[in-house]
Amino acid sequence: MPEASRVDSFCLSDFDQSIGNHLENAVELSGNPVNNSLKVSSQTISPGPVHLGTSDRLPISVDRSSFMYLEDRLSLLAQKVQSTNHIIIPSGDTENQEGSAMADASPRTDISTDADTDDKNQRFDGSQSLAAVASDSSDRSKDKTDQKTLRRLAQNREAARKSRLRKKAYVQQLESSRLKLTQLEQELQRARQQGIFISSSGDQAHSMSGNGAMQFDVEYARWLEEQNRQINELRAAVNSHASDTELRMIIDGILAHYDDIFRLKGVAAKADVFHLLSGMWKTPAERCFLWLGGFRSSELLKLLVNQLEPLTEQQLVGITNLQQSSQQAEDALSQGMEALQQSLAETLSSGSLGSSGSSGNVANYMGQMAMAMGKLGTLEGFIRQADNLRQQTLQQMHRILTTRQSARALLAIHDYFSRLRALSSLWLARPRD
Amino acid sequence: MDRVKDLASKKAAVIFTKSSCCMCHSITQLFYELGASPAVHELDNDPYGRQMEWALRSLGCNPSVPAVFIGGKFVGSSKDVISLHVDGSLKQLLMDAKAIWF
Repeated sequence: MPEASRVDSFCLSDFDQSIGNHLENAVELSGNPVNNSLKVSSQTISPGPVHLGTSDRLPISVDRSSFMYLEDRLSLLAQKVQSTNHIIIPSGDTENQEGSAMADASPRTDISTDADTDDKNQRFDGSQSLAAVASDSSDRSKDKTDQKTLRRLAQNREAARKSRLRKKAYVQQLESSRLKLTQLEQELQRARQQGIFISSSGDQAHSMSGNGAMQFDVEYARWLEEQNRQINELRAAVNSHASDTELRMIIDGILAHYDDIFRLKGVAAKADVFHLLSGMWKTPAERCFLWLGGFRSSELLKLLVNQLEPLTEQQLVGITNLQQSSQQAEDALSQGMEALQQSLAETLSSGSLGSSGSSGNVANYMGQMAMAMGKLGTLEGFIRQADNLRQQTLQQMHRILTTRQSARALLAIHDYFSRLRALSSLWLARPRD
Repeated sequence: MDRVKDLASKKAAVIFTKSSCCMCHSITQLFYELGASPAVHELDNDPYGRQMEWALRSLGCNPSVPAVFIGGKFVGSSKDVISLHVDGSLKQLLMDAKAIWF
């Protein structure tokens, strides 16, 4: 097959030429350790079946015998390199140090991560291996030099690999830091927006959720400020023995102001009923006594009875009845809430793992969710009636008492809650170990 | 409406409810606590439930349930009942209708 042999000799002569070139290079290289072109990809010289890196550049029809010859030489070389690697001991000899120093100091180490450079290196490697093979079979003196070269190559490869890993880790760290920075910026922005609310409502800010809750907290803070002002006015009037007319005027203002907060709570209940129910808009100590989003009228009246003496017989009966009525209403509403809870629990726990088809289960689930949603919607009604009870109780109390007694009652109520709020502040500021 | 009026007149204290309504449960409990034994009619279990609900709304009852009648007369919904109870009027109404005696 003349064609084949012609091709064959053509290929081999190509190799011969390249081998010759690289032999010279090998000699040069051994004397000069600092040479960046010694970058080799770790995959070219590896134990096991050696992949001829230049195979894609060979003419397609390579004679089988020559190919096998090349394969033999390459596998021999691979074995040699493997055994050589074991011999390399970090004993402080110059080659080793130079190898690692090169990897650290040279910025071009990182460039070797490019695929292009790798390809070029591969091509170079293929010839390099062949060059090593050629030199191996010839000169003994060159053998030692080439061993050093191989060792250096291996070290360089290792250094380059480590360098690439370090770079990768560094980049990853940068990325995650950048992400964290963006998150922190967003948090800061959010905190700044809430900043004005934080200053007026003390410790309650962090639990806000949504516009309705935040807005109510702001309105409540404002309401408290106004109430403080009115109460101070009332106290001054009482202490200065103002007339009943004057007192009545201030008292009416305070009662109307109470109507304001109940109205605001009604709006807030529509927007975020759970915020009201949570009591997070009140101070911790007040929260302790929370019932359906506010205070218990019956408890308040119990506290007041002692402070309102002297009471007429009629007044005493009236206040006692009022206390009882509010207690009964509170109990009724509490029972309704319990029924709601139970109903909700039943709705959510009714088994859907029956033998019906999957579409039946989905319809079941959605139906249950719809029912549960409906039940949650009734919570607003309960808060509304609880506030209604509080409002009615205050007004009824005012009707039973004289003007002066009403004034004292309102002062007493305010002082009580004021002390609860002060207690909360003390509690929050207490020293902890 | 006829049916509503008819049922309302049958007992001193009558409350129209729905089985799923928990506020109705509250008001009913309050009546029991006061010693009254109200007749409770669940609209969702009544064949004429829908028309009755419409009738109650036309009386101004919002939400339609619970709807309370004392002595055959329409008293109101939960808000009205609580308000009346706080100022003592509810008890008086019940006594007048002979639903309770003290």
